[in-house]
Amino acid sequence: MIGRDEKISNAKLVAIQYGILAIFLILGMRLWDLQILSSDKYESLAERNRIRTVPILAPRGKILDREGRIIVDNRPSSSVLLLRDQQRDWNEDLPKIADGLDLQLAEIQDRLRRFSAEPKFRPMNLKDDITDNDVAFIESHRDELPELEIIMEHRRLYPRNGFMAHVIGYVGEVSEQMLNSPAYELYEPGDVVGRSGVERQYNDILMGTDGERRSVVNSHGKELETLSSKPPVAGHQLKLTIDLDIQVAAEEALEGRNGAIIAMDPRSGEILAMASRPAFDPNQFSVRISRQDWNALITDPGKPLMNKAIQAQLAPGSVFKVIMSVAGLQEGIAQDMHVNCGGGKVFYGRLFKCWIAARHSSHGDVNITKAIYQSCDSFFYTLGERLGIGKIASYAQALGLGQPTHVDLPDEVGGVMPSEEWKVKNFKQKWFAGETISVSIGQGAVATTPIQLARAIGGIASGGVLHRPHIAFPDELPPQYKEASSKYPDEVDVQIDPQNLQIITDAMAQVVSPVGTAPQAHLQNVDFAGKTGSAQVVSNEFKKSLSKEAAAQYKDNGWFVGLMPRRNPEIVVAVLVEEGEHGSLAAGLASQVIKAYADKHRAPAQKLARAGKASGPPLEMAAFWSTPAPVGDPDSKGEQLHAGRFVILEDAQARGLRP
Amino acid sequence: MRRYVSYRDFDWLLLGLVLLVCMIGVIQIYSATLHTRFAGAHIKQIYWIASGVGMMFLVSLISYEALLDRIHWFYGAAVISLVAVLVVGQRYLGARRWIKLWGTVHFQPSEWVKLVLILVLAKYFSELRQRDASLRDIVKAGLIGGVPLLLVLRQPDLGTALTYVPIIVMALFLGGIQFKHAAAILLVGAVLVVPVWKYGLKPYQKDRLTTFLHPEADTQGKGYQGEQSKIAVGDGGLWGKGIAQGSQTQNAFLPIPQTDFIFAALSEEHGFVGAIGLLLIYFVVLMRLVHNAQSAPDKAGALIVLGVVAVLTFHILVNVGMVVGFMPVTGIPLPLMSYGGSSLLFTFLALGIVMNIRMRRFVN
Repeated sequence: MIGRDEKISNAKLVAIQYGILAIFLILGMRLWDLQILSSDKYESLAERNRIRTVPILAPRGKILDREGRIIVDNRPSSSVLLLRDQQRDWNEDLPKIADGLDLQLAEIQDRLRRFSAEPKFRPMNLKDDITDNDVAFIESHRDELPELEIIMEHRRLYPRNGFMAHVIGYVGEVSEQMLNSPAYELYEPGDVVGRSGVERQYNDILMGTDGERRSVVNSHGKELETLSSKPPVAGHQLKLTIDLDIQVAAEEALEGRNGAIIAMDPRSGEILAMASRPAFDPNQFSVRISRQDWNALITDPGKPLMNKAIQAQLAPGSVFKVIMSVAGLQEGIAQDMHVNCGGGKVFYGRLFKCWIAARHSSHGDVNITKAIYQSCDSFFYTLGERLGIGKIASYAQALGLGQPTHVDLPDEVGGVMPSEEWKVKNFKQKWFAGETISVSIGQGAVATTPIQLARAIGGIASGGVLHRPHIAFPDELPPQYKEASSKYPDEVDVQIDPQNLQIITDAMAQVVSPVGTAPQAHLQNVDFAGKTGSAQVVSNEFKKSLSKEAAAQYKDNGWFVGLMPRRNPEIVVAVLVEEGEHGSLAAGLASQVIKAYADKHRAPAQKLARAGKASGPPLEMAAFWSTPAPVGDPDSKGEQLHAGRFVILEDAQARGLRP
Repeated sequence: MRRYVSYRDFDWLLLGLVLLVCMIGVIQIYSATLHTRFAGAHIKQIYWIASGVGMMFLVSLISYEALLDRIHWFYGAAVISLVAVLVVGQRYLGARRWIKLWGTVHFQPSEWVKLVLILVLAKYFSELRQRDASLRDIVKAGLIGGVPLLLVLRQPDLGTALTYVPIIVMALFLGGIQFKHAAAILLVGAVLVVPVWKYGLKPYQKDRLTTFLHPEADTQGKGYQGEQSKIAVGDGGLWGKGIAQGSQTQNAFLPIPQTDFIFAALSEEHGFVGAIGLLLIYFVVLMRLVHNAQSAPDKAGALIVLGVVAVLTFHILVNVGMVVGFMPVTGIPLPLMSYGGSSLLFTFLALGIVMNIRMRRFVN
């Protein structure tokens, strides 16, 4: 037991005491730092842990036709959100989520990266329109994957088979480009906005304001209590000038062909129908569209996403002769002009053929009336030469050709109305006199859209009063829209003398008569007038250089612009049939639309018998539906579209149906 | 040799302070487990405390000198029990740390090995003739401490193995290690860091250390616990959220708030005032122990008491350091506070020996 009496030195004990004191001081200072100096920061972090904010999505407003029939509605659907504020190991969880929800891991990681700049409490949409299997997966993995949350959404329910797809447009998540533009500064990533058509044009009206629910959760994502709830504000409904009855006729007429139809009331500019083919299915977009489907849409040579009624800029062909006639008559040249057709005319040393030459025939002696209903090229070549490009261009421009109509739809294109100035400006070249001859029959550099032709010819038949086409009723729009549209004149007046008007419209009425270019489009007991057109896609010279088979690929586009009645018309219909060869085919389609209009407005208003002692007003329900086409119908496309409304009386029984 | 042992010399003040800490712990365990499946754990904790206090009184009756005389047997048993754990131990979360005794009662040998280590090193250094420890002594002491340390590391239980280090360091310090030797050991240790990192640590241990060094790199995954703990502490503010009111604690954001992170729970619910108050009590307890070492009847007694001081200080430093984000997340409990029998019993056993040493201060 040697050394036991030797004690520990006091110095060492004091050192130990100071060592312990130092440790406690350091810990105490750290507590001071965390709990006093930075307590605000940690308090808000704790708050963020504790409180979960889940959006309650607002339904978009319905889109109705002019009679209040529903075109676009919403349907309930569930989506799954990724709550990014949950502190989780994404590397570990994301593969599980991708696997369980049948998603691409790379795509999720990509989206997560794009969201990284957003505040953590904003959840990210993972998958829309989830299936029962997805719901089962999420419910059974609540504890393992608390960052998944199911929410109810109102998803757009669009008509099927591309019906009105281009007019309505579609919705989608707001893109980065859109967010960068000032018009979308109030939007946030992940917001669902209109991406095209009416959905985009009137997004502010249709889009509601999302609500949100704040609730207390534990670390497993289990909700303990709801703190507050802000209800969503639904979007406003929007009534369009579209008449579903006419729209159905237009869609059916165009079925199976490529092109566009637009029907308009020239008295007001209200668009009654607008169709474009090929179409796409906007329902594909109402859920997030897959990359594959999107690629298929944008690489399709038929350009299904293009609204050809406002975006196809093509040579108007002989339809332009109506504008030529206005110019010729107003300038006093055309009234007494007689031209001997002879299958073509020579100008500046070159033979310009009339279309009839292809039939080894000639129009003989032609005046303005015959020139219109027989669409004689020789007459209009001569008229064009006498007018000169300056006069032609100034009339065409006054009638709105080669410039946007400023219809209330996005991405309208302007087309081209060539002139000497235009050529110098764009090509730094002088105008060649021969070009005037081509322009006289709507060829050459002239490029117009169907909506321009509908407005111009509808306006001519209305005595020169052109209205700005529109698809929403201006009076029902909020002030900011009126302000935006007030930049463009609603009405343009082009002077046309009544006697000239009469010559032109009477000649146009003969187009659909046995002597005209579209006799088969004739409608019994309907004052139907119009003008055919067929426009070359490539020049005759180029076509000659090709073999017969190759040349057959470049079929002409068929045009027709029809009116009813011929003067002060109630409806003007412009039809473009791509590769439609000749305007008479287009005329047939236009006549179907005109007939639908005439039938509807001539049908006596049906009085609905009121059953029993029903007191309240009957409830009207809009509907459009499809039925299987009759068996053996040669035109059968599988389905026929109908539009109409049900009237339900107080006893909730359908008493009447007016198709 | 024994002449006079009386409970008049029992350190009642120390016991009072220790029981105060235990009581704060029980209240905090109650609050932290209120809405969890561990609800009612505070009652069990009271039972553990009661049996701990009973053990303490029993041990205080055993002369520490008698213990020291037989310490080689205890040391042998300690090493055997650690080997036994590796062979027949219960595997839980990838580590063998417990031996199943009967029913649900499990025994964790690595806890009481601490006590044996304190005693055996105290005996070794108290019997040294010369004032300074020779290199030979250092190597011997290193082997005595190193064998159980390596066995615990094999379980693997890095946290508990680390608690053996302060015992060895304290013994060497008091045993009279020379400055040049201490410097040489530190140097060798620094050189060994790289190979140990590469081959000696399990992947999860590396993860903990890397996330501690760079917590911002991965706050959602491995750094989650440490981050949530800091949030809980900071959320407490000056006065705290109140009993059972801390959202981090109550809504399960704080991991295991009744055991390793009990100090975070206390900090959230009782704020800076409560946390500093508790640290103050711990500080007084430690100072009281140092005082007891000073008044110990011999060097061996002083070495034992200071060994206990070393272990307790290390536990507090590492646990609180972990809670406030100074230290990596290791499973080291807060003495007397954290829920669990092994840790409590060790502490009370150690205090029992301290009491015995104190009661014998006038013996010689």
